Amino acid sequence: MTYLLVIGTRKGLFTATGDDERRTWRVRGPHRLDSEDYANMAGVYAVGIDPRTRRILAGAESSHFGPSVWYSDDLGGSWHEPERTPIAFPEDVDASFARAWHFAFGDEPGTVYAGVEPTALFRSGDGGESFELVRGLWDHPHRGDWWPGAGGAAIHTVIPGRVGAEGTDPRSMTVAMSTGGVYQTRDGGASWKPANRGISAVFLPEDDPEYGQCVHKVAIGSDGEFYAQNHHGVYRSTDPAAGWTSIAEGLPTDFGFSYVTHPHVPGTGYVFPVVSQVCHLPPDGHLAVYRTEDAGASWHPAVKGLPEDPYYGIVLRDGACTDGAADPGFYFGTRTGDVFCATDSGGEWTRVAAHLPDVLCVRALEV
Amino acid sequence: MSVTVLLPQVLQSDAGGASRVDIALVAAAPAGGPPPAEGGREHATLRAVLDELARRHPGLDRRIRDDQGRLRRYVNVFVDSDECRAVGGLDTPVPDGAEVRVLPSVAGG
Repeated sequence: MTYLLVIGTRKGLFTATGDDERRTWRVRGPHRLDSEDYANMAGVYAVGIDPRTRRILAGAESSHFGPSVWYSDDLGGSWHEPERTPIAFPEDVDASFARAWHFAFGDEPGTVYAGVEPTALFRSGDGGESFELVRGLWDHPHRGDWWPGAGGAAIHTVIPGRVGAEGTDPRSMTVAMSTGGVYQTRDGGASWKPANRGISAVFLPEDDPEYGQCVHKVAIGSDGEFYAQNHHGVYRSTDPAAGWTSIAEGLPTDFGFSYVTHPHVPGTGYVFPVVSQVCHLPPDGHLAVYRTEDAGASWHPAVKGLPEDPYYGIVLRDGACTDGAADPGFYFGTRTGDVFCATDSGGEWTRVAAHLPDVLCVRALEV
Repeated sequence: MSVTVLLPQVLQSDAGGASRVDIALVAAAPAGGPPPAEGGREHATLRAVLDELARRHPGLDRRIRDDQGRLRRYVNVFVDSDECRAVGGLDTPVPDGAEVRVLPSVAGG
């Protein structure tokens, strides 16, 4: 068995192939997305791997020539850009597609969702070669109040089929945005309601606003439980529409960007603490990962194998993931260009790659 | 009238490998009137030139203009020696026989 890790960086797309133990890795890149090589230097902010087809999608943004989506049907061996612009706002909408931040795959074959900047959700029915704006969310009356965070105004979490821990429904979906917070639909995207009760918004005057939060990442546990890493605050919820409960106690800080759940064990997950909203560095100047095995009731450092020297790279929203294997591997990349992997059974981090450009996103697959 | 669009190497693959594209256009004309002249020469707007370029090479247009038809920030388009933003943007007159040169601007780090 081998494993493929796809790494989106500020300057290009890299891959790493790991052996069965996931301790030895071969890194390749930057991949040639286009024949003229300009896209090889593009910022790759979103990567998705279709669990059915193994098609890899890469959302890349060239500072000169704009954003687009490339795909590979041979695990990164070759890359293609759709002949027609894959993501574009309709002519009657006064907005320009700036960046894909997140890809997620629906239950129906070929269904892909893209969370993008400016804050919008797009849907594809052909595996990511063409997308259509989800009008119900774009036309939401709250949209004028969704302000950009430091990274821009974007949807960066899309969870198709789920609005609560109990079961899935193809007409349901949860998204998270910065800023704006968590929104949910139960009617296939026609209407959306905020689901932020209990989530803080330290940058707003209200104590408990209905919406406007800056929810950096929402993840689903194997039992359907929701977890959120907020712009100050870490939360869990069985039913986001009813509210969220803080699980930040025991962490060195409650700020961070990513949250990764165990694909098979309920209540187990990882966060990557950051000092604060004004200091985007690891706490105490050391790379920190914290793991919970009881749904956030307690946390313990999971740092075995990580650098012990002072370290200043942090983990961004899609900068951590799991490969979902029976003995799952967990992965994260940092803004200082390091990528690490740990298997659930091994528990010790191995360095996959070093000295890459800023790592923006990672996605992994057992191949 | 006709104009020539000159492409940088980095964009030539989006135009089938061509470094220059000759474009024939109908000169701009106010409703009911004769085609206007620019220094005695017929002209079209830069928008019309890029629209025709997009019709021939849609994959090229998205590198130059965004999904709302606006010039990308770090792409410069010169009409002869004038950068179009200093003249009239996409409404810049492009005289018959002119060269329209597309160049990536200074960006990145």
